[in-house]
Amino acid sequence: MTKKPVQFQLNGSPVAVFSDEGQNLLDLLRRGVGDLSPKYGCGQGTCGSCTVIIDGEPRLSCLTLAETVEGQHVETTNGLANGPDLHALQEAFMENFAAQCGYCTPGMLMAAKALLDRTPRPSRAEIVEAISGNICRCTGYEPIIDAILAASGQPTRRTG
Amino acid sequence: MSSVEFRKDLFADERDDNLQEIGKPTRRQDILGHVTGRSPYYDDHLFDGLLHMRCVRSPHHHARIRSIDTSQAERMPGVVRVVLARDVPNNLNTLLSLINFGKDEEKLIQDTKVAYVGEPVAAIIAETEGQARDACAAVRVDYEVLPHVLDPEASLKPDAPVVNEIYPNNTFDYHDLYDHQKLRFGDVEKGFSEADHIVEGEYQMSPIEQAPIETCGAIAAPETNDRFVCYTSTQALFFSLGTTAKLLNMASSRLHFVGGTVGGGFGGKVDSIVEPLSVLGAVLTGRPVKFMWDRAEEMQVGAPRGAERWRIKDGVARDGRILARTFTGFFDAGAYTRLSSYAIIKCTGHIPGPYSIPNVASNVYCVFTNRTPATAMRGFGITGVDFAIECHMDKVAETVGLNPIELRILNAYRDGDMKPHRRLAKNTALIECCQVASQKSGWAISADAARQSSLTGGGGSRADIPESITDSVGRIGERRRTDIPTEPGMGAASRGRVAAGTQGIPIVAAAPQDEDMITDPARMGFRHAPVAPSQPGATPSSPVPPSAAPSAAPVPPQQNAPAPQPAPPQQPAAPQPPQATPDPAPAPYKPEQPFSRGVKRPGVSRFLSGSRRR
Repeated sequence: MTKKPVQFQLNGSPVAVFSDEGQNLLDLLRRGVGDLSPKYGCGQGTCGSCTVIIDGEPRLSCLTLAETVEGQHVETTNGLANGPDLHALQEAFMENFAAQCGYCTPGMLMAAKALLDRTPRPSRAEIVEAISGNICRCTGYEPIIDAILAASGQPTRRTG
Repeated sequence: MSSVEFRKDLFADERDDNLQEIGKPTRRQDILGHVTGRSPYYDDHLFDGLLHMRCVRSPHHHARIRSIDTSQAERMPGVVRVVLARDVPNNLNTLLSLINFGKDEEKLIQDTKVAYVGEPVAAIIAETEGQARDACAAVRVDYEVLPHVLDPEASLKPDAPVVNEIYPNNTFDYHDLYDHQKLRFGDVEKGFSEADHIVEGEYQMSPIEQAPIETCGAIAAPETNDRFVCYTSTQALFFSLGTTAKLLNMASSRLHFVGGTVGGGFGGKVDSIVEPLSVLGAVLTGRPVKFMWDRAEEMQVGAPRGAERWRIKDGVARDGRILARTFTGFFDAGAYTRLSSYAIIKCTGHIPGPYSIPNVASNVYCVFTNRTPATAMRGFGITGVDFAIECHMDKVAETVGLNPIELRILNAYRDGDMKPHRRLAKNTALIECCQVASQKSGWAISADAARQSSLTGGGGSRADIPESITDSVGRIGERRRTDIPTEPGMGAASRGRVAAGTQGIPIVAAAPQDEDMITDPARMGFRHAPVAPSQPGATPSSPVPPSAAPSAAPVPPQQNAPAPQPAPPQQPAAPQPPQATPDPAPAPYKPEQPFSRGVKRPGVSRFLSGSRRR
């Protein structure tokens, strides 16, 4: 099996690894780099739990060929906090009970971050659209929508 | 225990008993790990030299295995080990055997007959997941396809294919005595004769997949101390440990299970399939082995909430009071028992829903079909019958022309009422729920219904256990297969007839009360020992001749519990005059040696104790 070198920026740090032929980015991040924050849920691009940000766009890492990220900027939930300081989205998810089992949370956070980076004060409809590719099975979407509203400094259902 | 008792003496200095939490945001204790992506799910443990396991699965609903040819797969690149049924040391189990309930009936890897699409017949361990997939495709299995059955009632017909040879009648055997769970409370025939309307309905639900975002899986690896560590997605860690110890014939002290971080479960991760296989892989290869279902497997072989079919018949008075209600239920257990037998016990305890009905009877069957085995999911055993009951309540309301909310308040159970499973109702709140629902929905109810309360009006004569008519229909032994003894050891004769009335009058088997309740011989197939269950002239209270029913010592009816239960507050067998009902308030929970011995009971399992060392 041939291996190909891949170099890219992961959460602002340069990474150089070998990818197996046909390996997807999710597997490369988890097994090759050791960044375990993106999760495997379906392997076919329907659940969104493997969502990462590539050059500012939310992407499904399970459907992304690893070698295609050569030279690109990849962001994962692992790099969301700035040292000990949590990102506003992380704080909001904690305060608004936006996770139960937590398995979809890294993907949700990436989808939400890609939205907020582009649209700092999104409408509720824009939030729903942004996380429409991410399936949550326990929490329900309302607390997640609330958390994203709160992170962008807008009122939620609870705070009115 | 019939209700929660708080032990306030435990951790007394750490608790403030301030339970005013509703409406206030609460931070989960595990949320920091979730939002930083650091919560350790089973797949978040990295191992050098990790091997991947995949299963070869049956493409047929029902087929005999003639041969399995793995020679080509063994030569495929990356293949480390092919695992077959003969590699499993103790290849027969039933999930609830750890609490001594049910017969061992399911193989971890099948070698003789597959009974549902997706049943594993071999497993491949390879260096990569892709190599394991390729090798699985190269395994040649020669199947002799057998006729299959997918509908529970079709499965009960005499000529139906036998799904699960341990249970040749296609039903789970309760206590080795009955092919169904019975509930008898009062005399439904009398209730129907007094009723103004008879309302009947049939309700059918579908299987429901739990569909957690994290699929089932486990990683097992040898540890340096002759033990095996297993990181697993299980919802039932010690269940999985005990099941693994049993299937692999290994002391449970050699197993080190790590779990607790579950990426969604909802009941679908209690079946303990992935852990024995991954540990077996680690035993056979000496290397870390991951067995992870992909999404397609999760949907295909992940055990769902089973489908249920319900027939309900109500006798209703003109004013809306329900005088009698009978149930016939069919649980589609799929090919193996898993937890369906237990679901039916829960369900029978729940019947007839949150209502006080003086005469109730039910026959509920746990039926095997060639579908994916069913298991736990969120209130399983209750949810399906509640769906049927509430649909039926609307039908009753329509029949008598009553507001459906008022009909529910009229028939609602109240504190102190006797439930048909012989426990007093406590902390009831259906009336209050209905009142709030009427307010919130703007669906007005009468002033009288709005005045009702669950706290009053219950108890008194509503706390009595009525004389209950029993029957012997459904006894296993009179079955269609000749190789089953007609009278199982420790059978009906030595255990007596269940469920006599508790008013001091011993009542033994009487005529079946309703055709719905009769096990139709044509349907059930009493081919060799036809029984004549109904004595035409017999009134419900007259005993049946001894040939049909051995004369019975009145025994407590609580034989439908899987494990020993604490004695109920009322002794049902003790002869008592009708009025002298004992104080319904049960004694507060006071164990003599609280928690000092843990929950382990001697004899419950040889596998959980760690005593089974080699």
